[in-house]
Amino acid sequence: MKFKGYRRPDGKIGIRNHVLILPCSFCASETARFTASLVNGAVYIPNQGGCALVKKDLEITLEVLSGLAANPNVYGTVVIGNNCEAVQASLLVERIKAKTNKPLESVVIRDAGGTIKAVEKAVSYAQKMVQDAGMIEKEEAHITELILATECGGSDPTSGLAANPVVGHLSDKFVSLGATSILSETSELVGTEDILAPRCINEEVANKLLKIIKDNEEHFERAGESLRFGNPTTGNKEGGLTTLEEKSLGCIHKGGESPITAVYGYGEMVKEKGLVVMDTPGQDVASIVAMVAGGAQVAVFTTGRGTPTGNGIVPVIKITGNSETAHLMADNIDFDASPVISGEKTIEELGEELFDVVMDVVKGKKSKAEALGFNDMSLARECNFC
Amino acid sequence: MYTCVKLKEKDTVATVTKAVKAGEEVRYRFNGVDYTITAKNDIPLYHKIALMDMEKGSVIYKYGCKIGYALKDIKLGEHVHTSNLDSKME
Repeated sequence: MKFKGYRRPDGKIGIRNHVLILPCSFCASETARFTASLVNGAVYIPNQGGCALVKKDLEITLEVLSGLAANPNVYGTVVIGNNCEAVQASLLVERIKAKTNKPLESVVIRDAGGTIKAVEKAVSYAQKMVQDAGMIEKEEAHITELILATECGGSDPTSGLAANPVVGHLSDKFVSLGATSILSETSELVGTEDILAPRCINEEVANKLLKIIKDNEEHFERAGESLRFGNPTTGNKEGGLTTLEEKSLGCIHKGGESPITAVYGYGEMVKEKGLVVMDTPGQDVASIVAMVAGGAQVAVFTTGRGTPTGNGIVPVIKITGNSETAHLMADNIDFDASPVISGEKTIEELGEELFDVVMDVVKGKKSKAEALGFNDMSLARECNFC
Repeated sequence: MYTCVKLKEKDTVATVTKAVKAGEEVRYRFNGVDYTITAKNDIPLYHKIALMDMEKGSVIYKYGCKIGYALKDIKLGEHVHTSNLDSKME
């Protein structure tokens, strides 16, 4: 199956053509926002981190920020640093260059002589990039070059019944066509070890999967907390969920039934085809951002209660199985999967319809959050700020 | 009108999509075929109903996967929840 996209110098294919203004830290975030507001066609990613970080968190931040710049939907990037933060502009530029050879510039606020001069410089870089980006013609690409991010949030009983199984069908379809689908949210995998490990293509992948789940549990134990305690919650039980397996199955159904071909760290660049797992937290935005950093060009997000979340680089397509949510939040929800519950349509039928909706977005139709210019950003952290 | 969802072929429980009273008929459609069962107890919205008789110790399936074990014998149409289903056999 073919579609048209923007071919990048690193060989990857984008479905959008953004110029990214990327702040190294919270100190540079406002300057980046100001820059992007002056250039038509530039997007900026708000950054609430980037400094006062332990070593592991510095690594997480560099991995994700460089991944965002390397995302195929990005034409080129202007990095903006303050000067003294942990994520030095030069360090981030080096990391981006290790991942991609796309257009890249950087500005350091102190070196430029303050915010106004830094903005002047950054705007001129971004302006040129936006102009040049407009010269790129879409080329034919193969669906095998697409990476789909899957996410769930604001779940209710309809998520496991309708929205997640429908996305599972979509994920299996992507995989069967030779593309890639990412299953995320490690904390939701707890309790599904016996189901997921045998689905891994080999022992190495299975061991990696079991390790991220174990590490995740231990992470909470070190803080004196338990993921299993009180899970399913009282509210979950009142809602009809009985066991942790049942709760987690509702979530992992987004990954369909395909074999798991690889397991990736948080924000790590995804290279394998098929269904892969990424080690992300259950917080929706921090999970989506990591998959975008991993190279996903398009994201699907299932929700029961409804959520407005969007991403500045990748279109996020919202799916609900709750007909009330589909009506109440019609301007946030792209796809109503509730006919599975009313019995009007099957999971397979709706999965096929959703595939068409996703392919329309791949071809250029804006998702609802995208049309509203939503640009949520959150980064997972190992420790609190130091 | 369908009032219950069975997700996968292997499933031994389904989820009711409206609150059901004991003795009420519950309808669902699977693979193009309509089925009707009678609820043995009151079943709250989005709770599970047994699709067949199950002996104590049976694996209970939803999403085509194991969600736990029957803690006691369960009859077709019975409410399946914390009193008769758990991750581990006691």
